[in-house]
Amino acid sequence: MKSLRRYIDKIKPHFEKGGRFEKLESTFEAFESFLFVSNKVTSKGTHIRDANDMKRTMIVVVIALIPTIIFGMWNVGLQHFRATGQEGTMLELFWLGFIKVFPIIVVSYVVGLGIEFAFAQYRGHEVNEGFLVSGILIPLVLPVDVPLWMVAVATAFAVVIGKEVFGGTGMNILNPALTARAFLFFAYPSYMSGNAVWTHGMMNGEGIIDSYSGATPLAEAAAGNISNLPSVAEMFFGTISGSIGETSTLAILIGAAILIITGIGSARIMISTVIGGLVIGLLLNIFAVNPFMEIPFWQHLLLGGFAFGAVFMATDPVSASQTPKGKIIYGFLIGFLAILIRVINPAYPEGVMLAILLMNVFAPLIDHYVIEGNIKKRLKRAKVKA
Amino acid sequence: MSKVIKIKKGLNISMLGTAEKIIKKADHADFYAVKPTDFQGIRPKLVVKVGDKVKAGTPLFYDKFQPEVQFTSPVSGEVTEINRGERRAILEVVVRADATIEYEEFNVGDPKNLSKEKIVEVLQKSGLWPTLRQRPYSTIANPKDSPKAIFISAFDSAPLAPDMDYIVKDCVTCFQKGIDVLSKLTEGIIHLNINADYPAAETYTNAKGVQINKFTGPHPAGNVGIQINKIDPINKGDIVWYTYPQEIVSIGRLFEKGIYDATKIVALTGSEVKSPKYYKLINGASIKNLVSGNINDGELRYISGNVLTGSKISKDGFVGYYDSQITVIPEGNYYEFFGWAKPGFKKHSASRAVFSWLIPGRKYKLDTNFHGGNRAYVMTGEYEKVFPMDIFPVQLIKAILVEDIDKMEQLGIYEVDEEDFALCEYVCTSKTEVQSIIRTGLDLMRKEMN
Repeated sequence: MKSLRRYIDKIKPHFEKGGRFEKLESTFEAFESFLFVSNKVTSKGTHIRDANDMKRTMIVVVIALIPTIIFGMWNVGLQHFRATGQEGTMLELFWLGFIKVFPIIVVSYVVGLGIEFAFAQYRGHEVNEGFLVSGILIPLVLPVDVPLWMVAVATAFAVVIGKEVFGGTGMNILNPALTARAFLFFAYPSYMSGNAVWTHGMMNGEGIIDSYSGATPLAEAAAGNISNLPSVAEMFFGTISGSIGETSTLAILIGAAILIITGIGSARIMISTVIGGLVIGLLLNIFAVNPFMEIPFWQHLLLGGFAFGAVFMATDPVSASQTPKGKIIYGFLIGFLAILIRVINPAYPEGVMLAILLMNVFAPLIDHYVIEGNIKKRLKRAKVKA
Repeated sequence: MSKVIKIKKGLNISMLGTAEKIIKKADHADFYAVKPTDFQGIRPKLVVKVGDKVKAGTPLFYDKFQPEVQFTSPVSGEVTEINRGERRAILEVVVRADATIEYEEFNVGDPKNLSKEKIVEVLQKSGLWPTLRQRPYSTIANPKDSPKAIFISAFDSAPLAPDMDYIVKDCVTCFQKGIDVLSKLTEGIIHLNINADYPAAETYTNAKGVQINKFTGPHPAGNVGIQINKIDPINKGDIVWYTYPQEIVSIGRLFEKGIYDATKIVALTGSEVKSPKYYKLINGASIKNLVSGNINDGELRYISGNVLTGSKISKDGFVGYYDSQITVIPEGNYYEFFGWAKPGFKKHSASRAVFSWLIPGRKYKLDTNFHGGNRAYVMTGEYEKVFPMDIFPVQLIKAILVEDIDKMEQLGIYEVDEEDFALCEYVCTSKTEVQSIIRTGLDLMRKEMN
């Protein structure tokens, strides 16, 4: 490592102000601090600092996503083999999924990080690690056969319009990964909805056997074909069609456990989202007038992107509410609205995305009222005294 | 007795190098200094120049805004240096000490029979008035104010903090005398806040004229700001004064003997100290003799105070006016290969993303490495876990950053001080310099109000 460190120290002056590559200063810094934690010491304020930093925080989220990534890749293979009526070993299934999904991940990271690096240099900041998470979330909420150029366009849109115009990581109002998905959903609906997009190979239709519909359980439920729903176990383990990372509730729960144990994901938001979903599910059960409203309320948690949204999307600390009380309200409303949109509005069965984006917009308002409450309490205390 | 107030939020950082309970007399230090930078919001005006002879209790400088408040020499000797920093701001007034100390005599009597004015005058002349500070703003108290209460935090909960009960255990009479002095300065209650986790020193429990409150919980339970917030929070327009046990002992001694005897006990702590102990010395002493031969090799950080709020000094620097602790820890100016990805069993973190939480009860050798770079705020809910007041810390910080005076006031700036945010700064994943932001806010607010 010493020789690597020596090499970095040798080339470093070229990237500093006045050096040959000063335009790449932020980029250099990003790679350098990726390899070596800086030797910077505290100068004012506390003399010691917590060992946790942004890189570590973000990497924990990525680790929490690994079960869904691996399962998602395997499931891509599984769905394809099912659709074509073939049999395959576990490794064959995973390999097929890997060669389909990996390019999407690469495109998302290259485009997103490229833009981030450019903006960091333009602003004279260090590169923020936020996109390490967004860059993997984007592929996981897309269907497997999405064209790569679309991934690139959507990522660019999400990073520039969703994040950088507001001032970059930490300043954005909407969740960048969902911004990318929403962009594709509305710009290229034929690639983002319907029954054919979720399974690799169905779009061009070759070799697909007749009995395989490709429809997601959520679409089946929305169409009222309750009898076509897979078993609860299948929906829980995730051997169903859907976006790459959203299908396995089990894998998502493993991720949730990692986030909650490390304290990096807000358990408050996750739990209140689930409660919100259960409450509206129950209400819909009570007033059920169609088959979709009749499906047991708890099964909504297994359908579509609800679990994924609750664990990985709603908990994005930047776009979520920031006050403890606000987080509960925010989460509850996400769960509530997600299922409500899903069931009541047949045009958007995937209500989770819209519910989270909507609540992202309202999160500052929720916080505002929570903080007003605190201010009033303080004023009242002063008056009682006087 | 009074009920125990439980502090739930906070963080104890357990470090190596707690001082062993042995009080040693420190070797005679050659140099002593009074540092204007120890005092918040003053503008020092010198009354001595290099070469002047002074006695213990002779004024060195005064505050332009409160000229009656004198800052006096802790020892007798000769002024040898006046160190200045940026824009010629005075950093240190250094005195070379005589072998035996001569004292200025102050005309005192039993504080019980003295008027408030007389007491104020003696305190101001002797150089002990600055031991009384006020909230809001943590500036030196103004004798024209009548504080609604005086708070004494009688224990320290910071990392490696000295045991204040132990330090004052033999000063029962002086402590009581000091309390008697304080009781002349306020119509309100004098709150003596002790730690409920162990039996308090008799110095405290036998004190008369105070209300004893018990606190339990992690740091910052010992911060006076937290205690005020829990007992009698500051509203707009309120002023409370606060001080600490050793200062009260000094005040008591002044009224006992009629001299400014600046003796105090300081704990020498930290992982790099070979045998951490308590030392009896005179306030403002150079730490040179204290640390030489008693520390490990390597590049070290010397801190007057604790690792969260103390000030960086050199290895022959001086003990701060208010500090009862010297901490020596290693500097952290090294590169660490993939440091952010290592499990981090030897590093301390409030978050469980660093896996040292798997080994409970560990004492850490912590250095000054920054562990990352500055970022925008991303994580939320971190500060709230270590900030036990009913205040939204991040929102208050943001109000300060945009200089929104109204919002700062509404969000509770009067109740807070830098030190209350030290843990927020420590845990911050975005490595924000929270304490200095709070100080900016307090200064801004003070300017606005005057």
